[in-house]
Amino acid sequence: MSTIEGWFGRAFGKELNPMYYLGALTVYLFYIVLVSGIYVFVLYESSIFGAWSSLEYMSNELRWSAGIMRSLHRYASDAAIITIFAHMFREFMRDRFRGVRWYSWFTGIPVLWMTALLGISGYWLVWDTMAQYIAIASSEMMDWLPIFTEPMARNFLTSEDMNDRFFTLIAFIHVIGIPIFLVFGVWIHLFRISRSTINPPRGLAIGTLLALVVLSIVYPAVSHEQANLDTIPASVNLDWFYLNIFPLADSWSMGAIWALVWGVSVFLMILPWFPIKKQPPVAVVFPEECNGCGQCEDDCPYSAIEMVKREDDSPYDEVAVVQADHCVSCGICAGSCPSSTPFRKMDPLVTGIDMPDDSIHALRNDTNTVLENLSEDTRMIVYGCAHAANLDQYNNSGTAVITLPCTGMLPASFIDYSLRRGNVDGVFITGCVDNNCHFRHGNNWLDERIDHERKPALRSRVDRNRVHIFRAETSDQKKLGGALDEFRSYLEGYKPDTVEKEETKEVENHD
Amino acid sequence: MIKATQIIGQSVFYGLFIAATGYLSASPAYQVIEPDMALVKISMAHTSKPAGKCITQTPEQLEKLPPNMRLPVVCPRERSPLYLEVELDGKMIYQESILPAGINHDSACYNYHKIKVPAGSYNLKTRMRDSILTEGFDYTAERNVELAASDILVIDFDSKHQEFIFE
Ligand code: HEM
Repeated sequence: MSTIEGWFGRAFGKELNPMYYLGALTVYLFYIVLVSGIYVFVLYESSIFGAWSSLEYMSNELRWSAGIMRSLHRYASDAAIITIFAHMFREFMRDRFRGVRWYSWFTGIPVLWMTALLGISGYWLVWDTMAQYIAIASSEMMDWLPIFTEPMARNFLTSEDMNDRFFTLIAFIHVIGIPIFLVFGVWIHLFRISRSTINPPRGLAIGTLLALVVLSIVYPAVSHEQANLDTIPASVNLDWFYLNIFPLADSWSMGAIWALVWGVSVFLMILPWFPIKKQPPVAVVFPEECNGCGQCEDDCPYSAIEMVKREDDSPYDEVAVVQADHCVSCGICAGSCPSSTPFRKMDPLVTGIDMPDDSIHALRNDTNTVLENLSEDTRMIVYGCAHAANLDQYNNSGTAVITLPCTGMLPASFIDYSLRRGNVDGVFITGCVDNNCHFRHGNNWLDERIDHERKPALRSRVDRNRVHIFRAETSDQKKLGGALDEFRSYLEGYKPDTVEKEETKEVENHD
Repeated sequence: MIKATQIIGQSVFYGLFIAATGYLSASPAYQVIEPDMALVKISMAHTSKPAGKCITQTPEQLEKLPPNMRLPVVCPRERSPLYLEVELDGKMIYQESILPAGINHDSACYNYHKIKVPAGSYNLKTRMRDSILTEGFDYTAERNVELAASDILVIDFDSKHQEFIFE
C-alpha cells in the first residue's frame, strides 16, 4: 500500500496525493454526478417513447452541451466506484476499520449498496436494449424474494404491458428516492468523524474534472438501440462497474446470487470484529485538573469528548467527559490540554485528560531519561509516532527518540522543556505526513501549536531555529535519515545561543 | 514548483484513471444469448377454479344464519393448482404444477419461466388444467410459430376470454 502511495506521491506531491483524499474524491465525484444529472434530467422525457429519443437527441444534436453532461454523469458515477473501492481497500490496509472505528466501516457498506442501486436505476432510464436486459434481469432477481405475489418480470412481457408511469416511478427513485438515502447514508458514515475531509484540494479537483471532460469528449457515452420487448438483445456493452451482477444471474441460480450479495455484505459488515482489535485503554478525565477550556473537545478527531456542565464546586463552568465508545486512544486530547505541561513540579504529574497507558507523566519521565543518556557534542531529541517511518534505528548517543501513539499527543511545552533542560541542541518532529495522519489530525494540531495557530501554543521564547518538522511515512525512510543528518549538521553550525543554554539550565517551572 | 516529471506522472495516472473508467463503462461486451437462439417465455396469472364443490344452501339453512351472512352458494376458499404443459415439435419443454398464491392458496396462480430454443419454425402445443374436480385439460391450443434469432415468444393466458395468447 505504501509503495502505491509512494508512486502517487511522486507524481502529485504530498499535498495532492489522491490516496489521501479517496473519501473526499468520492464526494466530489457525487457533486459532478449531481450537477450533470440535473442538467440531463431537465432535457429528459420520462415516457416510453421519449426516454430513449430524448437521450439520443442530447448525444447527437446537443453533443457539446447535454452530450458532454450526459457522459460526465456516466463517467463520474463509474469513477466513484473506483474511488470507493480504493477508499475501502485503503482503510482496510491501514487498519482503520476495527475497534471504535468499526462505525465508519460498517456504515460504509449500505452507502456502497445505495450507490450501486443508484447506478443500476440510472441505466433503466435510458430504455435501450441494455436497460431492457437489466430491467428484466433485476425483476427476475426480485421475483426470487418472497415480496411480490405477481412476478415483477411480468411487467416486461410485451410493450403493451409497459406504460409511462413506469418511467415516472423509476425517475423518481433514481433522481429523488435513492439520492436522499445516499446523502443521509454519507452523513451517518461521517457522523463520528469530526472535521471530515469532504473536499479534495483544488488541484486534484480540477485535474479530476478535466480528465473526465477529456474522456467525455473523446469517448462520449452512448445508448444502445431503443428497447424492444419482442426481441432479446444478443449482446450488450455492459457497464461493469454497476451491472456486473446480471451476467452472474444468468448463469447462477437466483438463490446463489442473493446468497452472494448478502454473504458479501454480512462478511464485510462483521469484518471489524474478526479479530477484535485490542485497543489501549481510552482517555480519562481528571476533573480537578480540567479547567473546562474545551480544547480537547475541539481537537478530538472522533468527536469522543463532550463538555458538560460542572456539578462540583470548582470555579470552572464545564468539564470534559469522554465517550468511551468513540475514543480511539490516540492521546491527542492529552496533548491539547493546557495542564499537560512538564514544567509543573507536581509528581506524579496529573493533567486534565490523559491516557492510562501512555500518560503525560510517563512522557515527562521518558523525556528526562532519554535526554540524560545523550553524550555526543551535538544532541537532539526526536518526537515521532508509531504509524509513520520507523524511528528506533536513529536512537544513539547523539539522538534521543520518543515514539508516541500520535504526535498530536505531544504538548508543545515539551519542546520548550527539552530545550530548557539544557542537554539538547534541537528538537526534531516527525510522524505522519500532512493529510495522512493515522488519527486524522494529530500531526496538523502539533504543527499548529508550534506555529502559534492553535492552543496551547509553543511559547514564543523558544528559538524556532532549534525546532525542525519533517514528516515522513514508511516510504520516506531514506529521506528521513537524510533530514536528521541535515538537521544535525545545521545544529553543529548553529551556536549563537549556547550561552543562553547554560543560563536557562536552572529554569524548571513555568506553571 | 511543479516539475516536468510530475506533470508526466500526473498525466499517466489521470490517463490510466479515465482509460479504466471509459473501458469498463462499456466493455467487454456481454453476450446475453447466443446469436442463433430465440427465447420462449411462459408466464401467466390466472385464477383457477375452487378446489372443492360449492354448496347450495337450502332456504332453511339460510334462515338460521344472520341476515348479512345469507349466501345462497358457499364455495371453499382454496383453489385448484394449475397444471400446464408446453410441447415444441412434439417434445415436452415445460410441464409444471403451479400452486395458487396466498397462505390459504386462494389467490391467482402465477408463473414465469424462460426457455432458450434455436431459431426456426416449430409446432407449438399448450395445454392447461385449472380444476382438480374435472378430468382432462380445460384449455388447449396449437400454433405453428416462426422464431427468428433473438425473438421472444410469450405464452400467456387471457383469463377474461379463457384462451392462450401467443405474442
Ligand atoms: C459513497 C461512498 C463513500 C464516501 C463518499 C465516503 C467518504 C468518506 C469520508 C469523506 C471520510 C472521512 C475521511 C477523513 O476525513 O478522514 C470517510 C471515512 C471512512 N470511510 Fe468512507 N466513504 C464512502 C464509502 C465507504 C465504504 C464503502 C467504506 C468501507 C466499507 C468506507 C470506510 C470508511 C472508514 C473506515 C472511514 C474512517 C477512517 C478513519 O477512521 O479515519 N467508506 N469516508
